Amino acid sequence: MKDMQPHTPAHAPDGPLLRVEGLSKHYGARIGCADVSFDLWPGEVLGIVGESGSGKSTLLSCLAGHLTPDAGQVIFETRGGPRDTVQMAEPERRLLGRTDWAFVHQNPRDGLRMGVSAGGNVGERLMAVGARNYGAIRETATDWLGRVEIDAARIDDRPRQFSGGMQQRLQIARNLVTGPRLVFMDEPTGGLDVSVQARLLDLLRGLVRDMGLAVIIVTHDLAVARLLAHRLMVMKDGRVIEHGLTDQVLDDPQAAYTQLLVSSVLQV
Amino acid sequence: MNAPHHDPDYNFAYLDEQTKRMIRRAILKGIAVPGYQVPFASREMPMPYGWGTGGVQVTAACLVPEDRLKVIDQGADDTTNAVSIRRFFQRTAGVAATEKTTEASVIQTRHRIPETPLTEGQILVYQVPIPEPLRFLEPRESETRRMHALADYGLMHVKLYEDIARHGAIATAYAYPVEVEGRYVMDPSPIPKFDNPKLGDNPAIQLFGAGREQRIYALPPYTAVRSLDFEDYPFDPSKADHDCDLCGASGSYLDEVITDDQGSRMFVCSDTDYCETRRDAGHRGRFSPPEVQA
Repeated sequence: MKDMQPHTPAHAPDGPLLRVEGLSKHYGARIGCADVSFDLWPGEVLGIVGESGSGKSTLLSCLAGHLTPDAGQVIFETRGGPRDTVQMAEPERRLLGRTDWAFVHQNPRDGLRMGVSAGGNVGERLMAVGARNYGAIRETATDWLGRVEIDAARIDDRPRQFSGGMQQRLQIARNLVTGPRLVFMDEPTGGLDVSVQARLLDLLRGLVRDMGLAVIIVTHDLAVARLLAHRLMVMKDGRVIEHGLTDQVLDDPQAAYTQLLVSSVLQV
Repeated sequence: MNAPHHDPDYNFAYLDEQTKRMIRRAILKGIAVPGYQVPFASREMPMPYGWGTGGVQVTAACLVPEDRLKVIDQGADDTTNAVSIRRFFQRTAGVAATEKTTEASVIQTRHRIPETPLTEGQILVYQVPIPEPLRFLEPRESETRRMHALADYGLMHVKLYEDIARHGAIATAYAYPVEVEGRYVMDPSPIPKFDNPKLGDNPAIQLFGAGREQRIYALPPYTAVRSLDFEDYPFDPSKADHDCDLCGASGSYLDEVITDDQGSRMFVCSDTDYCETRRDAGHRGRFSPPEVQA
């Protein structure tokens, strides 16, 4: 198992890791997200910000294959070459979802199995891709609990007995254990108090750097975006209204809505 | 024991011919795709759910007048469930009944596989309460079906992992999940895991019927069946560390019987026919009455 991470892309793709073209999703007459296009390069962190209902989460679900978009392409640089994941067969997409991709939910309860021990949660992805050696699985799980700062002695405790911050860290360990190359995060710090948020962000920043992860992170918290994201996409009413480097977008917002968004943040 | 004719008020083997055809189609499909759970239109039977309504329907669909039926419940021929199902078919089908595994052409069983090896031409019908091996891990039927379709069985090993993490060994002792022909993961019905090795490469046809859950699945003769395990925690078909106290058998699955309130106990074969056959052949156990010399 050990050789699975940290993963360094051996084939070193010279193109973007993920290319999104004209992605649209409608809910009946209403727009979920419309005509979204962007490229994501290996090791890059892309933030998607916007108010509630602006289509951030719809976009993320379409990208991760949880929702089927009405139009557009999501071309991922798989280990076997670029593939449109929208057209991909379900088994392939599932395999991708537990090897090269990871999805961190806002609520750890959605991403964890609450009735299964911490070790089992971390080991599930390994077992899903064929790991059949208990000792090796447990060793990897212990290693990963350490990396996300959970005491190894709690490996057999259920997530139910964990605090919210620990649950979120466990969810991250469970997702990163197979050494993914692309991580989707939906408000990973939502619902946590600020000091726990800060610790989690620290941890995430370290992992992203060490593992060279490409991340698409959806958040409404501009501070999180500032800390983690290299580039930022601002969404409103399902459309991307501004796109650029994080500091550029936050310090010199061009669109009226982005200016409003940036000025709405309380300065402490 | 043999009733030559069945009760004329009933169609042969209780079910009407169209229903039996429907069930036979499900059985054939199950045999064609070993381990796959085939949905079927389970009928109300004159017994409560949980008493073998699925097994009874499968048996009814398989029976022909020349058949010789054996019914066992936890290995025993003489317990309520076994006796009532046997009588049911004697009355509604008029087939011959037997307690001898070797003489039976159809054996309906609840939670055991007979100790005596089965032979080609025999049919073993299991009563199944919950056919879905993933049910207690994933409550959504839509999701478990998708997991079977995509052979997405990582979750099954999570259960075994949890067993080892909590108990130090795979503590699942019955209904131990198996993988059929390298494809479908199957619940072998609540047989003790001691019986799991007999599932694979068995010359008999094995049919599984779940009445309440409306599923039929099957293992055709000589199917490869593997009990799931870990490399470093291999499958272990355990049994009580004793010999049978009546017939002295060392390789059969045993029931523990409490004999008084002082903690005394005895171990006896759970397969009554096997035990009796051995005793008739002169085998003796620890509690056997002393030999009477004629």
